[in-house]
Amino acid sequence: MEVLVCVKRVPMVGGRIVVTADGQDVDTRMSGFTVSPHEECAVEEAVRLVERFGGRVTVLTLGPPAAADQLRDMLALGASRAVLLESDGREWGPIATAGAIVDAMRGAASAPSAPAAPAPSAPAAPAASAPPAPAAPAASAPPAPGCPYDLLLFGNEAADTGDYQVGVRVAHALGLPCVTGIKNLEVADDGASARARREYRGTEEVFDIPLPAVVSVKEGINLPRYPSLPGRLRAKRATIEQQVPPWHPEGLRKEGLRVPAGESKRAEILGHGADAVPALVALLNEFGVLS
Amino acid sequence: MRVLCLIEADGGGVADVSLRALTFARSLADAQTAAGAVPVAGRESWLHEKAPSGVPDAATTPPGSGAGAAGEADGTDGAGEVIAVVFGGADAVPVGELSAYGVSDAYAIESPHLGGYAPQAWARALAGLAAELPAGAVVAAGTDHGGEVMAHVGAITGLPVVANCVSAGPAGAGTLRLVRQRWAGSLLEDAVLEASPALLTVAVDAVAPAEADAPVATTVQSYRPEFADADLVVRAAESAERSTGVSLATARVVVGGGRGVGGPDGFGVLEELAGLLGGVLGVSRVVTSEGWRPHKQQVGQTGTRISPELYLACGISGAIQHMAGCQSAKHIVAVNTDPDAPIIGHADYAVIGDLNQVIPALIAAIRARRAGA
Repeated sequence: MEVLVCVKRVPMVGGRIVVTADGQDVDTRMSGFTVSPHEECAVEEAVRLVERFGGRVTVLTLGPPAAADQLRDMLALGASRAVLLESDGREWGPIATAGAIVDAMRGAASAPSAPAAPAPSAPAAPAASAPPAPAAPAASAPPAPGCPYDLLLFGNEAADTGDYQVGVRVAHALGLPCVTGIKNLEVADDGASARARREYRGTEEVFDIPLPAVVSVKEGINLPRYPSLPGRLRAKRATIEQQVPPWHPEGLRKEGLRVPAGESKRAEILGHGADAVPALVALLNEFGVLS
Repeated sequence: MRVLCLIEADGGGVADVSLRALTFARSLADAQTAAGAVPVAGRESWLHEKAPSGVPDAATTPPGSGAGAAGEADGTDGAGEVIAVVFGGADAVPVGELSAYGVSDAYAIESPHLGGYAPQAWARALAGLAAELPAGAVVAAGTDHGGEVMAHVGAITGLPVVANCVSAGPAGAGTLRLVRQRWAGSLLEDAVLEASPALLTVAVDAVAPAEADAPVATTVQSYRPEFADADLVVRAAESAERSTGVSLATARVVVGGGRGVGGPDGFGVLEELAGLLGGVLGVSRVVTSEGWRPHKQQVGQTGTRISPELYLACGISGAIQHMAGCQSAKHIVAVNTDPDAPIIGHADYAVIGDLNQVIPALIAAIRARRAGA
């Protein structure tokens, strides 16, 4: 089974978020980076499938050269191959990101024997200066016979932007079925179909889908393993395949980021240790939760 | 502006999340264009280039005929108009609530192919209707269903989808200025969107539901979309409703435990307190990542969003990932050994101390109070 997992490098924020002086980014000088939590679970799910069926896990990211660190982290968890689509410092939105992933896959799929896939986005050189014309609707794309993967896993939404759509856009461009928000995935023994589950407002939804398919997962689908020492060593030595993807414009422009107002309050201290219990009981009574 | 709003049903009525989306949609529809709503020549919307994908019910009024005279070009001009889209039969449309929320027209999407939730098919219908009316914006609640359907609409149309919007208003023809959440609401982004229709999901925890100043007469029409086979591949089969007591998402009291609990065996005292208060246990991400408690008990950006009357957070440092999940709590009380923990900056009240001393003492005090009552 060939599984592709797309991951995103995001700042590792702790107790508070600080915005850079120009208001354009999260200040990461005091923090590290990590992979979005849902995506770490996607990698774990992929590794388990390959342990069961054989095959390979390819982990792909679009990001700056330093995103190679996150790819190595995922290799240490058991991914076999890593692809870095090197971005240019701009923030790539969902249309640009999905377009880059599809372009990279079509590149992978366009081996000499594969049929020529339609290329809605010829990599014209000055693409960035083009007006933000809507991309050609790609929903009617037939299932790509050259799709090199049996399963494409995404995190449901990135921790930072929370756009909730890169996987869906990739599915449409490739003509694949897509389910999102998945917390349980059972692939049939023949590897040709899967049953995916999620809970929505107290009801469990079950989706039976043919493979290949795009599945966006959420944290909780599994408990990711810790990387093993051999895994870390292998990841350190691994070659990361690098490509420079063409840019797909989109009509959404970020003007700036800011921390919402009202984030700087401070709790009223009721007291210390068990001595504070009478005040705490009085407070709970006031809130009406003791009756 | 004419704004289409996807309605999620809840029982026989409109789900609370969709009442919030409707409130957002109405404010967008009524907002006046600051720079004047003159259509910009040469900006062709995708929707004029596509053949209609559905046929309106011949027995009812054609779509859009009830709209004002102005602004027919792309639905971004003219009088404010909120149009609801409900999946199911026309007789099941919750007209009373839609009317109260200022909805002028409701479309019941009827199809023999649709038994339940089918994200790509729902999106196909929504995109088709948005093109035919035409609509200046399409709005849905930022839920798993709303977000998923709008992502499909975005993929079908090739247009951007702006997720988790807090506010939006026109800034010229085909242009919106908007504010949306990042990091599940810990950060706000100011952005400009140039696309028509604007495809938006609403940050439901940031928009309170509010009825219109006066109810509007709601006209219900049927819309029968046509689907490609591929639109119907993914369909949800719903299993039976779960009935496992109080749920974390709707609990009136949540007692939270974090790293400060110390290990998998330390949660009994918190569960005991939760039981006494008629609430449930919630935990931070580190607790589920360590495998101390199941993920379904996680409160946070990657877990459950809670909105209780009281959130009693014990041994939780207050990472933004966690606070994003409990910011809708009415009162937050923290129990923490560290007076400088980030949670002290988010909580309303705090007890500085070890939860293993404070919580057993609190349980004893509550029991004594009840015994004496």
